[in-house]
Amino acid sequence: MHPDPTFLQVLWFVLIGVLWAGYFILEGFDFGVGMLVKLLARDRVDTRMIIHTIGPVWDGNEVWLLVAGGATFAAFPGWYAAAFSGFYLALFLVLAALILRGVSFEFWGKHDSAGWRATWEWVVAISSAVAALLFGVAWANFIHGVPMGAGNVVHASLWDLLHPYALLGGLVTLSLFLTHGANFLALRVSGELHERARVLSTRVEPLAALLAVAFMIWTIAQQSGRGGVLVLAILTALAALAIPFARRAGEGVAFALTSAVITLLTVTFFVTLYPNALPSTTGRAFDLTLSAASSSHYTLVVMTIVSVIFVPIVLLYQGWTYWVFRHRLGRDDYEGPLNPIAVAERKFGGSA
Amino acid sequence: MNTLDFARLQFAVTTLFHFIFVPMSIGLALFVAICQTRWYLSGDETWLRATRFWGKFLLISMAIGVVTGIVQEFQFGMNWSLYSRYVGDIFGAPLAMEGLIAFFMESTFVGLWIFGWGRLPRKWHLASIWLVAIGTVLSAYFILAANSWMQHPVGYEINHATGHAQLTNIFSVLFNSTVLLAFPHTILGAFTTGGMLVVAVSAFLWLRGNRNAVITRSMRLALPFTLAAVLATMAFGDGQGRLMVDQQPMKMAAAEAVCNSGHGQSFSIFSVAGFTTNPCPNNITSIRIPHLLSLIEDLSWGGNIRGIDQIQAAERKQFGPGNYVPPVGVEYWSFRLMIGAGVLMMVISLGGIWLERRRRLEVSRRFQRLALLGLVLPILANWTGWIFTEVGRQPWVVFGLLKTSQANSPNVGTGDIVFTLAGYIVLYGVLIAIGAWLMLKEAKHGPEPDPGDQGAGEQPPNAPHSELVLAY
Repeated sequence: MHPDPTFLQVLWFVLIGVLWAGYFILEGFDFGVGMLVKLLARDRVDTRMIIHTIGPVWDGNEVWLLVAGGATFAAFPGWYAAAFSGFYLALFLVLAALILRGVSFEFWGKHDSAGWRATWEWVVAISSAVAALLFGVAWANFIHGVPMGAGNVVHASLWDLLHPYALLGGLVTLSLFLTHGANFLALRVSGELHERARVLSTRVEPLAALLAVAFMIWTIAQQSGRGGVLVLAILTALAALAIPFARRAGEGVAFALTSAVITLLTVTFFVTLYPNALPSTTGRAFDLTLSAASSSHYTLVVMTIVSVIFVPIVLLYQGWTYWVFRHRLGRDDYEGPLNPIAVAERKFGGSA
Repeated sequence: MNTLDFARLQFAVTTLFHFIFVPMSIGLALFVAICQTRWYLSGDETWLRATRFWGKFLLISMAIGVVTGIVQEFQFGMNWSLYSRYVGDIFGAPLAMEGLIAFFMESTFVGLWIFGWGRLPRKWHLASIWLVAIGTVLSAYFILAANSWMQHPVGYEINHATGHAQLTNIFSVLFNSTVLLAFPHTILGAFTTGGMLVVAVSAFLWLRGNRNAVITRSMRLALPFTLAAVLATMAFGDGQGRLMVDQQPMKMAAAEAVCNSGHGQSFSIFSVAGFTTNPCPNNITSIRIPHLLSLIEDLSWGGNIRGIDQIQAAERKQFGPGNYVPPVGVEYWSFRLMIGAGVLMMVISLGGIWLERRRRLEVSRRFQRLALLGLVLPILANWTGWIFTEVGRQPWVVFGLLKTSQANSPNVGTGDIVFTLAGYIVLYGVLIAIGAWLMLKEAKHGPEPDPGDQGAGEQPPNAPHSELVLAY
């Protein structure tokens, strides 16, 4: 048996949890907005507005995932090695979706043809949906456990990862991110598009709430007898049930609530995992514990110092980016010359 | 081919592809930042148009570089899980620092730069592009520190309980003698790449009869920029070669196809050999210049140069039975192609500067056609440089500690790797085709016309093409 995790191991487990929560909140609405490109846009101006709500920030948001991956590699190499090789094909699909999504934004406006734009709009929407679904599938598998034997080697095919519990987890993130994206869009645009985002959100949110509640009940049943999981799962379910009612209190509240549900869901994942990094369905003896997966004390100290210095700086400048691009976008910004530089000049009086 | 070969092929394919766009982005980011600074300082709108024109190339390159970089971050765990477990304690740290310190910076500020035109005060907008440029350079430092540890492991001990390498001194890793030379060599190579691209695209536009002032300005800036960068790349590369004689003697011996140790060693200018891993000594035919290699490596007429057979014997004694010779043919030719491409880039930039001083640069079609080579030479140099350094480390993945054959994921089968390899090739093939096509389109379109130019009336700045502005 491995000893209990040390303070620094717990700290890094928490920090990786924070990175995942940050990633899901930020790229969660990016995924949602990506799907809305196909669901809400009626013309080119709409599409442009929708893409521009996340244009300045999506790339920075995606780095949360890269840093979560890098932090896992540095702090828990055993976890990184077991999970990434064990989820091989699933991870490849996630990567393919993220690659296609990333270039779509860039390619979309670079050639003036309706067919070209339609292609990349579909790519954005589908890849966003696939990534949103697969992250839920992956996390449901993490907490459910995977067939993992001696040497922490996972032997699971892609199909082994697509069991009903995992698929339900995928549908939770898919519907939740879509709602979250619609709430974000409603905050960021005005006019008719704003109205459509609001209507779509009210239609999707009951489904997201129900799926989240079902998933939490299933999780509680699966993890029976674990007090921490019970508390967090109930909190997540209650918060999810409140989503359809939050809108009355305002759009900011609605967005804050979907953010809170995403955060609680991530916390539930991490509380369920603890003290393991990856549980095994083959047998409890094969569970990969945090202490077994961890780096040395020295490496954790080094990484802690680096994080204490740089995480606040990153939060400051990313936060500042959102402040710079806080203005609602309206159709009138895009009529006339379809040139965002001109738009910015007109609106803010700055010179190019 | 077995599973290991496919895993290696996948790493090579994904990394070489990624490595087309990374040096390009690093070089262009600096170039664009310089253009924008000159606009900021002088108020001359030609520099503004130069900033926007080269900015388009930067953004296309960066978009592809960023998305293919996600694979780089994750494939260590996917295909090389035994490696990841073995080195994670050390290798993971610079990788995580790269994400936290560099990736956040470049991706956040590139968003601010694209969408911040006219929205941010000029000063802050200028700071954004510089932070992008600095972020790309920092990112290179961390990943090269990680790679240098694989070439020359320092600041570690082997944990006898786990059998894994364990970090004992982060400063030894971050300031490894290997990275102190590999970083300037690679980063200056990236600046060369950016500069060469500007030279080539400018030459392309002149050949098409475009006489926009932006092109002349860009060419005049890019030629000395490239020349300085390529000369410095060579100087640091020379230093790397000398360090390698101590740290990885086999790599250097393979690069020069020296089979046997000896004094007053000759230099091979052309070799053919059987494509076996170690063709020494009977299976190799060389045209050689007497004493030259001793002169180059040891700076002496009769200097002793160690050969492959003797190093093999020494390493066998040190590490136990096994073959420690990398594929000599690959080393020999990648080394020469890298240097040859570097020399050609030096000649092009030097020739351009000479023509410019004689005021014949804009009219010399011969030079302009030659400069088009600038589109492929830096990629060739970057690729062969990477191949040389990585293949030359074989059979090790971490020199002297872990063999490549012990590093891949035991649970990932050939079928999985072949499937994903095919997936990456298709996906990346589409990306490179579109990326190249978009760059060609932007190049053909050229910079925004000079004010008062005849053509300006036909194509006002907000014509349909203004769709293709920086922001999407």
